[in-house]
Amino acid sequence: MGTYSIEVRDLVKFHGSTRALDHCSFSVKHGEFFSLVGPSGSGKTSTLRLLAGFEYPDHGEILIEGRSMNRTPPHHRPVNLVFQNYALFPHLTVFKNVSFGLEMRHVAPGEITSRVAAALAMVRLQGKETRVPSQLSGGEQQRVALARALVNRPAVVLLDEPLGALDQQLRQEMQVELKTIQEQAGLTFMCVTHHQEEALTMSDRLAVMNRGRILQIGSPREIYESPISTFVATFIGQSNQMAGRVEAVSAATCRIQVSGLPSILARSTGALTIGDSVTLIVRPERIELSRESLHAGYDNAIPARIEKVIYNGSENQYWFRLTDHIVWKAHELNARPDRKGFVPGESILVRWHAVDGIVLTE
Amino acid sequence: MPPSSPNSTDRRHLFSWPLVPAVLWMGAFFALPLLVVLAISFASRGPYGGVEWTFSLTNYALIADPLYLKIYGRSLWLAAATTAICLLIGYPLAYYIARAPKQWQAIWLLIVIIPFWTNFLVRTYAWMFILRAEGVLNTVLLKTGLIHASIDILYTDMAVLIGLVYGYLPFMVLPLYAAIERLNPSLVEAAWDLYADGWSVLWRVIFPLTKTGVAAGCLLVFIPSVGAYITPDLLGGARTMMAGNLIQHEYLVIRDWPFGSAISFVLMAVVLLGVMLYFKAGGALDVEEERR
Repeated sequence: MGTYSIEVRDLVKFHGSTRALDHCSFSVKHGEFFSLVGPSGSGKTSTLRLLAGFEYPDHGEILIEGRSMNRTPPHHRPVNLVFQNYALFPHLTVFKNVSFGLEMRHVAPGEITSRVAAALAMVRLQGKETRVPSQLSGGEQQRVALARALVNRPAVVLLDEPLGALDQQLRQEMQVELKTIQEQAGLTFMCVTHHQEEALTMSDRLAVMNRGRILQIGSPREIYESPISTFVATFIGQSNQMAGRVEAVSAATCRIQVSGLPSILARSTGALTIGDSVTLIVRPERIELSRESLHAGYDNAIPARIEKVIYNGSENQYWFRLTDHIVWKAHELNARPDRKGFVPGESILVRWHAVDGIVLTE
Repeated sequence: MPPSSPNSTDRRHLFSWPLVPAVLWMGAFFALPLLVVLAISFASRGPYGGVEWTFSLTNYALIADPLYLKIYGRSLWLAAATTAICLLIGYPLAYYIARAPKQWQAIWLLIVIIPFWTNFLVRTYAWMFILRAEGVLNTVLLKTGLIHASIDILYTDMAVLIGLVYGYLPFMVLPLYAAIERLNPSLVEAAWDLYADGWSVLWRVIFPLTKTGVAAGCLLVFIPSVGAYITPDLLGGARTMMAGNLIQHEYLVIRDWPFGSAISFVLMAVVLLGVMLYFKAGGALDVEEERR
């Protein structure tokens, strides 16, 4: 047994004539919480179905626990899937739903009872054994679906949009709980989601997918702080963008020229040469708005005018105009409610550090 | 028309204008004649075939005669066998249709229903041509050397069974199709994912969740099969009489209306009892099917 629960090499899958998966490769380590995140049609669900065994790849290889699974049907794979709409058996009780996999593998009845009890305890559903799914709330059904997979102690628990059907409040609670359960159970989780915040919150590592390709794999911090493409930068988190040209490059920073603005200092990625067309990305929460007219230690300070203000409780969100063509936004934590906020039409100074300016060449 | 809503009270549910045509129709042409038949079943046959209104239970006592019990037995047996065979053939067929691509489903269902466009009597005559001693079936079997002497199928229980299965198969397929089509495909995938092989998926998930369709299909095949008349008459001949033929015989040949009525009522009672037992055994267990 190697260090990987899942190894996917050069996977290709066609749906009709469209290429659902285009030479995808990634590995998931033991005990890792790994997420595939991307918009609908990005190929993440196809990948999950190939791992579960409902479909077979057209090219490439799937290894689970080091064993090739390319043509292994689902019931012979050491993985269990938590379905998007849970797919609980409506005619069976909670207990029978959870014990289904163990019964199919002819586990001794005494062991079934204790393992089901342990799994239900883990998802905090004790006392609901004799209910049927229609008597449970959405959140409870979600837990049963999870317990039904956990109880088998599979090599990998696959989760398809696990929190997609829950309301916002419950969703955020469950993100933390899912991660806790995964750590307690010590199992490998692979989750598919279109919800970028969910992927960042729960995952040890994530892969960002679009149009059948994996664009970037890394920890949440790596993906958020150092996206390698504008797609990743805009899909994961919010971002401001502007197009420019490289004016000067040094080891740590580079200087970007943007028409209508003073030169902008940004983080250098190393592969830049003078004259390159680039996209500059700055996260809204890294931008500071000020009524002062000083640099005050910031590398960039540009005058702007407030266009629009949104107050959402935890944050003040400001849209401001830098040039005729560029409107950016800044998120300011609402930590000092007594402070007077900016108002539309107000002239301000927009400031940020060079390290917060991400430069992308694509 | 009074406004009706799902929140109407039980009392308001009892009367509803849209029900009036159905109630009038069924009352005049079903309930009332049935009561007349019930009344006649307690009367007795006049010397020249008329009905004499003298109350007696003789007609019902007469049914205990082994001759008639045998006909009842054959009816029930043939109907049960027809139902079982229709289920065995119909379930895989319905499953296949329900899981076919949408545009194909309509075509398959059309093929299942097409025989209804031809008169039932004509189709049964066609079976006589196929099954008789020098018929299509025997000719083919003899020519291919599978048999060396023609086999007698026409005018046997086998012929009746073939005819009944042929005639009532669509009644099995349609409700099964409706039930299987409603089944959430991810439930099948979930079972498969949880280590169930094909057989377990069928018995533990698909079959229990389509039980309502099975119950409906079985009732729709069993009930008309028990009372079948044309099929046993044409394919079974005089030797294999079923209850339907017996009733016809008593009414029209023997002209013993009271006895014919009694047979009809006992047949209804037997079917009703069977249906009730079936439902009680959980055949129509209410299953809440979760849709995607």
